[in-house]
Amino acid sequence: MKPVSFSLLAAALLALSAASCSKQEPAAPAATASLAESAPPDTPTAVDLAVETSAYKAWVEGQIDGLLTETQRFVDALKAGNLVEAKRLYAPSRMYFERSEPVAESFGDLDPRIDNREADLEKDENWTGFHTIEKVLWTKNTTAGTEALADQLINDIKELRAKIPTAEVTGELMVQGAVDLLNEVSTTKITGEEEIFSHTDLYDFKANIEGAEKIFEIFTPKLQAKNPELVAELTGKFKAVNDLLAKHQDGEGYKPYTALTKDDTKALAEAVNKLGEPLAQMGAILK
Amino acid sequence: MKQDKTTDTMPDRRRFLGRVGAGSLGFAVGGGLLAGCSRKPVQQVLQPTPAASAATDSAHEVNARASATVPFYGEHQAGIVTPAQRHIYFLVLDLHTTHLQEIREVFKRWTAYAIRLTRGENALPYGDNPFIPPADTGEAESLNAYSLTLTFGVAPSFLRKLGLSEQLPPEFTHLPAFPRDQIRKEISGGDICIQSCADDPQVAFHAVRQLVRQARSSVTMKWSQAGFNAYDDGQDTPRNLFGFRDGTANQETLKKANDWVWASAPNWLQGGSYLVARKIQMHLETWDRTSLKGQEETFGRSRASGAPIGARAEFDAADVNARDAKGQYVIPENSHMGLSKRSGGQLLRRSFSYANGIDPVTGQFDAGLLFVSFQKSPSQFIGIQSALGRIDKMNEYITHIGSGLFACFGGISEGQYIGQALLETRHG
Repeated sequence: MKPVSFSLLAAALLALSAASCSKQEPAAPAATASLAESAPPDTPTAVDLAVETSAYKAWVEGQIDGLLTETQRFVDALKAGNLVEAKRLYAPSRMYFERSEPVAESFGDLDPRIDNREADLEKDENWTGFHTIEKVLWTKNTTAGTEALADQLINDIKELRAKIPTAEVTGELMVQGAVDLLNEVSTTKITGEEEIFSHTDLYDFKANIEGAEKIFEIFTPKLQAKNPELVAELTGKFKAVNDLLAKHQDGEGYKPYTALTKDDTKALAEAVNKLGEPLAQMGAILK
Repeated sequence: MKQDKTTDTMPDRRRFLGRVGAGSLGFAVGGGLLAGCSRKPVQQVLQPTPAASAATDSAHEVNARASATVPFYGEHQAGIVTPAQRHIYFLVLDLHTTHLQEIREVFKRWTAYAIRLTRGENALPYGDNPFIPPADTGEAESLNAYSLTLTFGVAPSFLRKLGLSEQLPPEFTHLPAFPRDQIRKEISGGDICIQSCADDPQVAFHAVRQLVRQARSSVTMKWSQAGFNAYDDGQDTPRNLFGFRDGTANQETLKKANDWVWASAPNWLQGGSYLVARKIQMHLETWDRTSLKGQEETFGRSRASGAPIGARAEFDAADVNARDAKGQYVIPENSHMGLSKRSGGQLLRRSFSYANGIDPVTGQFDAGLLFVSFQKSPSQFIGIQSALGRIDKMNEYITHIGSGLFACFGGISEGQYIGQALLETRHG
């Protein structure tokens, strides 16, 4: 058996050498110097982001209002048995949800109830929400059988709307939310797995980008003061993604995912990655 | 001409902790706390206690390999005549900009990161803001340099896209199509290559990952291949997946490196070298049903010793003109080595094997060779590959599926950056 003192000492040594021998020694380069300007480590200054967080919360509320209005039209079409109209309204309604996901998905099981994909289901889980209706509309080519799902969807969205004011929006949530929106694009939209029946992935793609861009827009004045190069870089990178997406516009909407070539998806994925790396640097304003 | 791998005196953390584990607590308390963090030589402190010595001999060998570094500065880039390490991560990038100044900045940053990475440090300090991602991705945190080398090269398209076409020497153009080539465009071409080699695969990958991440705005990844090379000690010529030694002729090439390896013109390429990369699929299953005699006649060498057929030892001269009593060539005329030797050309080969899983079409091993060669002029490779042509007996067992030609810059000294001689040939 090892003596106690050995273990303690070894642990202390491990901690010590981990702290002081990590590969942190090279001098900070100019690129990151501006990030380290404010306070010494371990004394986090409270950065006042009250203006930004309340602006974001108000915007999200507006989005969920839009979600409610547009989903109501979608639901009306379903219940009226208007298949063409229902299919037309499906993707545009969802965009409000996709834009505001950082907040909208933060209420326990409401997010899965509204947005679960078939692949997300756990064993014996009851499937509700947009995607189960999507499956009926596009695989069975009918609105029949969606009525109860439509009722529940609109009720769930009403519940979501009622809960939004209770959401605690912080600067950290906003930064992480913007990055998460891009991560969603990279992992589920660019692969066509979000809308496997309707292939309307590009609507969600566009909405996720708009959601991230909104957060950037709200942060811009503070970022401009702290790191103007980052603002310029992000402005250019958002434009690059939006320009690429614009190429795939079809009337008021977007081409189906299945109309994209491999080169198209690769170019979109790369543009999102080029945006994502600097977007994560927005965290600079939190410290 | 070989660059020596020097063993750095910096204690590496893993060895240090290993000793503590072996029971030499006394030194740990006495000198260990300081030793663990100092960059000064601390060899004395690190001498194993007699009791620990036997148990840690093999660990010591491993750790010497871990702490070995190859200098980044020098007349030539490291990773060319540096004895091949055990692992490669070879990455080809496309330019995502045509702005020369932007690319100058990329190469300046890459140079700074490469210097730190090849010393066994992170590319950048992590940073002290927990709300942004760490600046270095951290997977080499507890790993030393493992003789990491980072070698940078550019393709003709790089010069054209950046308005530097007038700097293109006539010989620096696309490789021609060779008979039997099945080159796939998705694993060919590209504007920039980074050859990352180390005695540890994670160290090699980590380095490339940092370089890409820090330049993501300006470049796009095109294709890459990881590979391995195995030998017990550095004196051994490694064997490829056909079981034969690969690179035996290098020592002859290295004797006259200025004639065969180092470019002397144009100005921006002085001290540099042309890199040819070929991804060569090896059909292991067909090879494995070939008789030993057939295998040896394919290479022109003995499998066991690596000696040319008719000779005794690996490095014996190969007499490609010798004939037997019946008047037949002793080294078969269509053997791989026989054809190469008769061409009169020489290359510096620095190849690595790869194993990428199972080919989804055939259900067979997706394996082969990432052939890398360095030469003073692309014509050396073109000459030899043309000589192999359709008649190389090896063709039955291999298919060239990826290709690239790059000019690897000359080396730099402190204060300069990689590629500077090219990137500053014009202003603006």
